Amino acid sequence: MSALPRPVQPEVAPPSDSRRFEGARRFASGVANEWHMAPWTARAAVLVLTIFYLFAVASPVIAPYDPARQYRQLPDCPPMRLHLNAAAERHHGWLFAYPMRLADPLTREYVEDRSHKTFIRLFYRGHLFTTESADEPYFFLGSEALGRDLFSRIVYGARVSMFIGLVGVAISFSLGIGVGAFSGLVGGTTDNLIMRLCEIEMSLPSFYFLLALAAVIPSGMSPVATFFMIVAIMSFISWAGFARVIRGMSASIRSAAFVEAGRALGGSRARLLARHIIPSVLGFAAVNASLSIPGYILGESALSLLGLGIQEPAASWGNLLSQAMDPQNLEHYPWVMIPGVFISIAVMAFNFLGDHLRDRLDPSNLR
Amino acid sequence: MMPLIVGITFISFAAMSLVPGNFVSSLALDPHISPAVIKQMEAEFGLDQPLLIRYIRWLWEVMHLNLGVSLAYRVNVISLIGSRAVNTVILAVASMLLSWVMAIPIGVVVAVRQNSVLDRVLSFASFLGMSVPAFFLAFLAMDFALWSGRFPVGGSFSPDYASLDAASKVADRFNHLILPALVLGLAGMASLMRLMRSQILEIRNADFVRTARAKGLPERVVMFKHVLRNALNPFVTIAGYSLADLLGGAALVEAVMNLQGLGLLLLNAVRSLDVPLVMGSVLTGTVLLLIGNLLADIALVAVDPRVDFATLAAE
Repeated sequence: MSALPRPVQPEVAPPSDSRRFEGARRFASGVANEWHMAPWTARAAVLVLTIFYLFAVASPVIAPYDPARQYRQLPDCPPMRLHLNAAAERHHGWLFAYPMRLADPLTREYVEDRSHKTFIRLFYRGHLFTTESADEPYFFLGSEALGRDLFSRIVYGARVSMFIGLVGVAISFSLGIGVGAFSGLVGGTTDNLIMRLCEIEMSLPSFYFLLALAAVIPSGMSPVATFFMIVAIMSFISWAGFARVIRGMSASIRSAAFVEAGRALGGSRARLLARHIIPSVLGFAAVNASLSIPGYILGESALSLLGLGIQEPAASWGNLLSQAMDPQNLEHYPWVMIPGVFISIAVMAFNFLGDHLRDRLDPSNLR
Repeated sequence: MMPLIVGITFISFAAMSLVPGNFVSSLALDPHISPAVIKQMEAEFGLDQPLLIRYIRWLWEVMHLNLGVSLAYRVNVISLIGSRAVNTVILAVASMLLSWVMAIPIGVVVAVRQNSVLDRVLSFASFLGMSVPAFFLAFLAMDFALWSGRFPVGGSFSPDYASLDAASKVADRFNHLILPALVLGLAGMASLMRLMRSQILEIRNADFVRTARAKGLPERVVMFKHVLRNALNPFVTIAGYSLADLLGGAALVEAVMNLQGLGLLLLNAVRSLDVPLVMGSVLTGTVLLLIGNLLADIALVAVDPRVDFATLAAE
């Protein structure tokens, strides 16, 4: 018995490399092109944000120590000075610091203990940089009142600050686009009603309202749940302004020829919304959304700073900064302000990036 | 305007009632206070009633200009808020004036010398300024006060304020106002300066400015009577909104610099679930905001004869 003839494989030429990677290549060259066109401020912003998002995503690797570990013998320790290792000791790594010793527990004055060295190694024990033993810490940015490493806590705190904007924007963005585009499309009484509601929301004294609502968050909640509560509250306050802008755009698009055509062909309202109106306002909306990210970062920081947001022992840049609320700390341990520097830099980066994106997408700036 | 106030206060009221426990429940932990007394206090404060009843009662009292009695301070809310709101309004107005006085001339100069080194440096600096949060500036100001020793470190007045004579009282207040006003003024200045610059650049090329120049008016007159007056138009509109921002920003700066204003009062009230006080503060904030918007509308009509209330209402 002869074997069944094998089905003839149609001869298909394997896609040539040039075709297969065409899309990816075009994308890469587009990115490179954007990079070259961007002003240095926007480039710096992208770099800074990349670093901060790395903090958030890879915090266990980047943070040199466990953010919850309390070095009780080293409270409010100042940032330690780095020294370059002598050539003979390079096998311990290039850098070292002298360990700090609490000279006066009352005033928390520290002296460097010059008798031995704490060696700092890069890519060591699964951290980006850390000391040879976790029991003998090197405080890059100092430590806080309970002796926890401030830099490690800042790295973990980036998780809150870096993602609160994205999540918040995602919520207010979808709400704003949905409501705004719908309102602009239907027009009439419904439109009028929705817009009046939006105006009510917009004329809220937002910070006072935020405070009043933040009281709802029970103190025993997990940090993740608190995070989402804060996001929900802030999106609830901010979606209305966004909806109004989108509504204005979609009201003007409503009479555009392509929407008229869609309607003439019998397109339902939902179809007009999904296929014509929303796609045409999306680009603008995205830029607008990116400009509102700093608002979320600042809102969360403010709440946590006042003790109404993310609670200890979880870290956020706001609640780390709350140590500075005490003038005593501010005077004697000025490094408690460092989390505020991180907040400012993050906000600055988002502002520069958003500003550049707006310029790029503004049709009146096209050359 | 009325539905607005009702809507805002109701949402706040409902939010406050979502919190587990109430003002009395912290007292219930005290073994010296018997459950019967707690029940009696709840009845006295009306905390045992359902939400809607409590809200309508509160609204009814508000219509009779009675905001109730603060649960924590045991003082009439109106007098409590009145004494604090004055501080906040003084701070907000002072910082707003400060930021305008700084932002408008700088904006004009920068726009006239567009693309000069001065323009680039100041525009960049204003962008940095826009990004630094007011509360961080407040920390820096506190640090400065500690370092220089010239300014008081937080607070609205000195500890010996009550024993001072009238003139020293004013001086003391003023001394305590400088740094907070500067902080809030600087925080608001950057965006105003950018707005001023873009306004002037836009109007400088308008037809009526060319006409003014063509008919031989001196540059000074063109600048001040034609360009500047038109450029100021949106400023008047945003004045009302910036008052809202200032109220919010002031609340944080008040908390950081320990100023006896509305924001700090509200913050403490929120922490202790002092519902009448929270509601009173939110209401006051809303009313201040609406008054700000109203003043802005009126000022707009005064500045720009092309605007009348009919077109404002139609918008």
